[in-house]
Amino acid sequence: MLEIINLSVQVGKKMILRDINLVIRKDVPAVLFGPNGSGKSTLLKAIMGFSGYEVKKGDIVFNGKKINDLPIEKRVSLGLGIMFQNPPKITGVKLVQIARFLSQDEQKIQELAGRLSLRNHLDRDINAEFSGGEMKRSELFQIIMQDPQMLLLDEPESGVDLENISIMGKALNDYLKKPGKSALMITHTGYILDYVKADNGCVMIDGELWCVGKPKEMFESIRKNGYGKCKECLHVQGRDS
Amino acid sequence: MSKGEIAKHIEAQEKETLASSGMDASEETRSASFLQKDNRVFFSRSLSSDVEILDIREALEKIPAAKENYGRAFKALNREYPQDTEGGYFIRIKKDAVVQMPIQACLFLKSQGFKQKVHNVVIVEEGAKVYLITGCSASTAAKEGFHLGISEFFIHKGAYLNFTMIHSWQEEVSVKPMSIALLDEGAVYVSNYICMRPVKEIIMYPTAVLSGERSRASFNSLVLSHPNCLHDIGSRAILRAKNTQAEMTARAVSMGGNVISRGHIKAESPLVKGHLECRGLMLSEKGHIYAIPEMETDFRDVDLSHEAAIGKISKDEIEYLCARGFSQNEAQSIIVRGFMDVNILGLPEMLRKEISQIEEQTLKGSF
Repeated sequence: MLEIINLSVQVGKKMILRDINLVIRKDVPAVLFGPNGSGKSTLLKAIMGFSGYEVKKGDIVFNGKKINDLPIEKRVSLGLGIMFQNPPKITGVKLVQIARFLSQDEQKIQELAGRLSLRNHLDRDINAEFSGGEMKRSELFQIIMQDPQMLLLDEPESGVDLENISIMGKALNDYLKKPGKSALMITHTGYILDYVKADNGCVMIDGELWCVGKPKEMFESIRKNGYGKCKECLHVQGRDS
Repeated sequence: MSKGEIAKHIEAQEKETLASSGMDASEETRSASFLQKDNRVFFSRSLSSDVEILDIREALEKIPAAKENYGRAFKALNREYPQDTEGGYFIRIKKDAVVQMPIQACLFLKSQGFKQKVHNVVIVEEGAKVYLITGCSASTAAKEGFHLGISEFFIHKGAYLNFTMIHSWQEEVSVKPMSIALLDEGAVYVSNYICMRPVKEIIMYPTAVLSGERSRASFNSLVLSHPNCLHDIGSRAILRAKNTQAEMTARAVSMGGNVISRGHIKAESPLVKGHLECRGLMLSEKGHIYAIPEMETDFRDVDLSHEAAIGKISKDEIEYLCARGFSQNEAQSIIVRGFMDVNILGLPEMLRKEISQIEEQTLKGSF
């Protein structure tokens, strides 16, 4: 479904990602771990085609089509979607306006808004009049309405209380269970793994991908030993040389 | 006469322009209507016994209050006003009447090169409440022209006037509205101004004089300035009595046009409040927005404040919407529509929806 081939990405004058190779198949969501500043969000933004994330080398291929040079909305029309970590506040633009752009089905809008406790938020300015947790629910709400094949989730649960993580996790899991869907998720807390079945995980350190494995096992190891252990691992494998 | 009679006076090619300036040709949602093209009044009719509406020339002959008040607001400020006007409306709302449906008045520039000059007088008697929509527009034939609109508003004790002026001109039309509102004790005046279509230049500085205690004025404007347009738009409130209050909210978007957004609050009495807010959005490097908020007083016990901000649409906002599937143009349009928020106009739900639809239609054609 999504193939990242030898991808190097520069932000400003700095090369953030180097020679990334990654394949995410349909129906097999993947998890991306890594310390702050390792380049995880950069990878997601480069896949979406945001400005300032310059592909210097390699390809992003989605369903067999190279999308490196496509504008964001074209990538969206092909089936990519992103849940933002820090969405911008847009004064005067209501959540319901975006929902109605994404779906003509008013009942579906109301039902999903109800499920994610967002009914009272539909007429509010998007992100400007939301708390941190409400922003995350609104992001999930929008992405489910958008109905992409491939979801890019940038810390979907950060700043969300446990009760709402459960609500969000279940909604996300229901979505990803639908045939033909997949996801690449960034998580620090790992809470989302209690709800979403992810088969593959990998760790990104200093702009490179390492340690492919089972997400839950990887998270337990990171929780116990921190990313320091990953660095040791890299050292052992001769990455410093 | 049945409702919708006004439609007989509207030619096919005028319909869209008139609708874009707030005209309901069916009259279903209006309590009274007035239509003047160039210097000729085609229609004036009230559907409510609480509302009088007629050609000012006729009113000056028949109604003593018209004659008594004609020019009185300008004299109160020692200001001159042009005498060579032809037409305009006289509107009077009876004491204590609450007029549910808005009144509509349309001043239409029909002929190429015509100089339309009108003088309007509106009297809202004690305790009455009314909404007035004035649509000023030009036919596609009148590429070039001039409109001078003098308006005097007399808002008596405890009365309420919500005046919404919608401009829908052509590229080579120059416009100069001059208006003064006099507010008695406890009176409320809401003045809304909307201009989203191209125009050569608009110069206006409507003034409210709050002479009655506890009176309140609010000026709100939404302006979209196209390339080669000049909008020199201000509002002034003179607070002459205790516990009076004025608020001014301006939203200006430059797509390449020049906007001067002025605001002046003068506190001539202690214990008054005033607030000015101007926000500008630059969509083009070629445009210019100049915000000039002014406040003055000789008294200590006043509360005057202002805020002004000018910026551009952030790239993050555009890309956020693109990530939801909007094109760049659609994203820009929806952000501008959000910025030009009709909620600042203080309109009742029905009118707010109507104005919102007009705004949406106009903005759709602008991007």
